[in-house]
Amino acid sequence: MRLDLGAIAKAGTSKANQTGSWRNYKPIFHQVKCIGCGLCKIYCPEGCVTMIEKKKYTVDYTYCKGCGICAEECSSSDIEMIVEEK
Amino acid sequence: MSTTTLTAPKEQSCTLLASGHTACTGCGEALAAKLVLGAAGSDIIVTDATGCLEVFTTRFPQSSWEVPFIHSLFENSAAVASGVEVALKALGRQNEAKVIAQGGDGGTADIGLQALSGMLERGHDILYVCYDNEAYMNTGVQRSGLTPFDCMTTTSPCGELSWGNKHNKKDMPSIAAAHGIPYVATASVAFPKDIENKVKKALSITGPKYMQIHSPCPLGWRSNPQLTIKVAKLAVQTGLYPIFEMENGKVTKVRKVTTPKTPVEEYLKIQGRFAHLFKSPKGKEEIQKIQEIADRNVEKYGLA
Repeated sequence: MRLDLGAIAKAGTSKANQTGSWRNYKPIFHQVKCIGCGLCKIYCPEGCVTMIEKKKYTVDYTYCKGCGICAEECSSSDIEMIVEEK
Repeated sequence: MSTTTLTAPKEQSCTLLASGHTACTGCGEALAAKLVLGAAGSDIIVTDATGCLEVFTTRFPQSSWEVPFIHSLFENSAAVASGVEVALKALGRQNEAKVIAQGGDGGTADIGLQALSGMLERGHDILYVCYDNEAYMNTGVQRSGLTPFDCMTTTSPCGELSWGNKHNKKDMPSIAAAHGIPYVATASVAFPKDIENKVKKALSITGPKYMQIHSPCPLGWRSNPQLTIKVAKLAVQTGLYPIFEMENGKVTKVRKVTTPKTPVEEYLKIQGRFAHLFKSPKGKEEIQKIQEIADRNVEKYGLA
């Protein structure tokens, strides 16, 4: 009898789950008042906020679940949550 | 013997916990795990107890981990990590990777306590990280040893004869420190830099280390996902979740609470799990008891 010990998964393969479809609210990064503190990136539980350049951050809507932590914690209130219509 | 690469390639180090995990919206634990991995870097091997973290990161056949990861059972995260650490030593490859064992509060303070105790007692060179979301959230919010006083969970419901959880939160950091280990720390997701510093410091110390991170759970705490960081911050500012570092059994560093002190109501009122305390006049007495817990913490750790 052949036994496959344990279930083995390849690293980082969860990227196939496009969790952005869960979203009810959508963060809009205005990139106007941004002071570049990076809190949106640090506090994002999905790890889907990235820095394009200094004082310019963006979010990957493929994975963003719309929790709104980035908007709440943004030190210059430059991120707005809007209801997403699908 | 063939030599396999133990750790993830360096270029992937941006986030070692990949997107696409199935944690709830606004999950504090996902954030905590991301911060711990970010601080530890890619030269690590992680183990995990059963729980939210294991379930939402490893939806078979997918995995969010960009570092070597092993899950076995609920109770044996620390024991599996001990085996990994000893195996690395036996192969003479202990300099290639650090070992991090992880668990939720149930997997650490209740179900996995004996395995953790054994790991600390035997002196393995492992960092144990407990993600403390204060109940068994994965199975539907049952109370654990780390559930705070008067908190409503499905197994400690509130009602005419009950205010929720009757017991106090287990003092897990002190239990870990009582093993005579070199480093014990608590942290909160509200302070990411603090987590980073503590993980880096812990990994620079040889021997068993214990770290407990307060990670809000919007689902179980019935709080707004948007307020995850605010809730975590208030827990620290009120003194209900003391943040400290213990080296060789002595408290060496603390995060001070705000002055004038923040009343515990501020923390309790934004969470549905404490909403019953605000519904009747008698609840005030219970809130007073919680305030006394916070005051005791402030006095015990010198947080003022």
